[in-house]
Amino acid sequence: MAEYQNLFTQVQVEGPTYMGVELENPHDNGERIVPPFHLHLAGRLGNAQIGPIYLGFFGVAACVFFLIGFTSIGWNYLVQVNYSPIQFVRQLFWLSVDPPAPSWGLHLPPMNEGGWWLFAGFFITLSILLWWVRTYRRARALGMGTHVSWAFAGAIWLYLVLGLIRPVLLGRWSEAVPFGIFSHLDWTTAFSLRYGNLFYNPFHMLSIAFLYGSVLLFAMHAATILAVSRFGGEREIEQIVDRGTASERAALFWRWTMGFNATMESIHRWAWWFAVLTCVTGGIGILLTGTVVDNWYLWSVKHGVAPSYPELWGHVVDPAAGQSAPAVVPAAQ
Amino acid sequence: MAMLSFERKYRVRGGTLLGGDLFDFWVGPFYVGLFGVTTIFFAFLGTALLLYAASLGPTWNIWQINIAPPDLKYGLGLAPLREGGFWQIITVCALGAFGSWALREVEISRKLGMGYHVPFAYGFAVLAYFTLEVVRPVLLGAWGHGFPYGILSHLDWVSNVGYQFLHFHYNPAHMIAVSLFFTTTFALALHGALILSSTNPGVGEVVKSPEHEDTFFRDIIGYSVGTLGIHRLGLFLALAAVFFSAVCIVISGPFWTQGWPAWWGWWLRLPIWA
Repeated sequence: MAEYQNLFTQVQVEGPTYMGVELENPHDNGERIVPPFHLHLAGRLGNAQIGPIYLGFFGVAACVFFLIGFTSIGWNYLVQVNYSPIQFVRQLFWLSVDPPAPSWGLHLPPMNEGGWWLFAGFFITLSILLWWVRTYRRARALGMGTHVSWAFAGAIWLYLVLGLIRPVLLGRWSEAVPFGIFSHLDWTTAFSLRYGNLFYNPFHMLSIAFLYGSVLLFAMHAATILAVSRFGGEREIEQIVDRGTASERAALFWRWTMGFNATMESIHRWAWWFAVLTCVTGGIGILLTGTVVDNWYLWSVKHGVAPSYPELWGHVVDPAAGQSAPAVVPAAQ
Repeated sequence: MAMLSFERKYRVRGGTLLGGDLFDFWVGPFYVGLFGVTTIFFAFLGTALLLYAASLGPTWNIWQINIAPPDLKYGLGLAPLREGGFWQIITVCALGAFGSWALREVEISRKLGMGYHVPFAYGFAVLAYFTLEVVRPVLLGAWGHGFPYGILSHLDWVSNVGYQFLHFHYNPAHMIAVSLFFTTTFALALHGALILSSTNPGVGEVVKSPEHEDTFFRDIIGYSVGTLGIHRLGLFLALAAVFFSAVCIVISGPFWTQGWPAWWGWWLRLPIWA
């Protein structure tokens, strides 16, 4: 009755460790550090082998810059709790390194008035860009396509819109996201409220649809592959170039279920585009907010998307609408 | 006739859970089965009721059509059709269709000699829907706590319920769920990209092997989970995201009624800080 459903590896075969495909330049093989070893627990889920890793110039540079940015945030937190390690742990989620106040515009503020935010952001951004170069160079060195790099670029686009492009367009660093657990959540909610509820932003709608769609696709794809792993379905490249019964059954499962199926290759194109478009559409939505559209709810009413709600409390002017104009007092009830 | 070149040899009888050979046939590309019939029944009835209820409403604007659950005053009782009764019957139809769909997936899995991973995974999505529309309303004592059927109206529901708890981002299960949604999408991008980069290596290069995939990921981050492992990881991440989503909404109201930021007080008040 109970059959093996291939959720975990039950019997592990321990072969010799593998240093990886030889690189063209023999000198480069020496850049692979950390002698590989086997970890039994990792082998329960996937490959047991940990390491080696290729660091090289860009890897080392990215790590160093990331550590500079990351620890500068940590040291700011420590200063905020007066160097108390206990309070550091206690208040960790509440601590934050905030961008400069709006009055600083795009100028350089003193370190303790937002300068540290610029400092940390600069080094972390530098580190991310160097890491991108690294993904590109490692793919090329192995003679592979650069699809990972371009997907990563999609995420970097969203990151740069949030922390660099949109603040620069609006002329003040204060628009950017702070470095902190609760503070970045506060930023997100405040951002949504300030601009008339982000749920009415069509690019936010698209981004969420792609986010949920990505999770749906991964569940469908991963479950399908595991279900045909008894026919060797996880060897996807072989199945792509020389279709076997695993691919045929996987395709027919979906064809019989919903009348349509991907192929072993095209499912990965669906996957790539759904995941990448999550960030690309999200970045567009953020970029338009406050630059092109000031209130997404009013925008939606104007374009016939959202209904306009009855004025239960008399006429109320959006407090953000005319910040220099005198406030309009709501009509008496 | 709607058959793939290799399809005929797979179209064999058997594997049904209920109904024997009665509905063991295909229509075009679709497999039918007893649960295909029940799916059609529930899906057709539910969709027809959605359209009829929409026709009684004030608008045909696709964004603004709204079929709302009953007012809270009806509690867990039946409401008149135009005051939430449609929502109640549509919800029953949806659950009937989702359950039938899952069982039909089981039959198709059996017919193709596959594991049950897909219907198992789909069950998590149905569970999340069931939690939102049945479990939480029942725990709160009124169907009116379910979300309405409409594009903008369900977004408004999410917004309003979120702000009832002041700041929903502070809900710990929501934090975990969102992190898992992002992680799943991140992993999907990496997996899709890795397969495409191996099979589309560029002009003059030969198609690469899993050895290249492992080498690329070991070079980049020092670990490659492997061809089988990535699918186990992906399935686990995706299902955990859905599971924690269901948790984060079912605890909001039935188990926690204040603002979510206040929930974190227990951490600040732990005796270990003294």
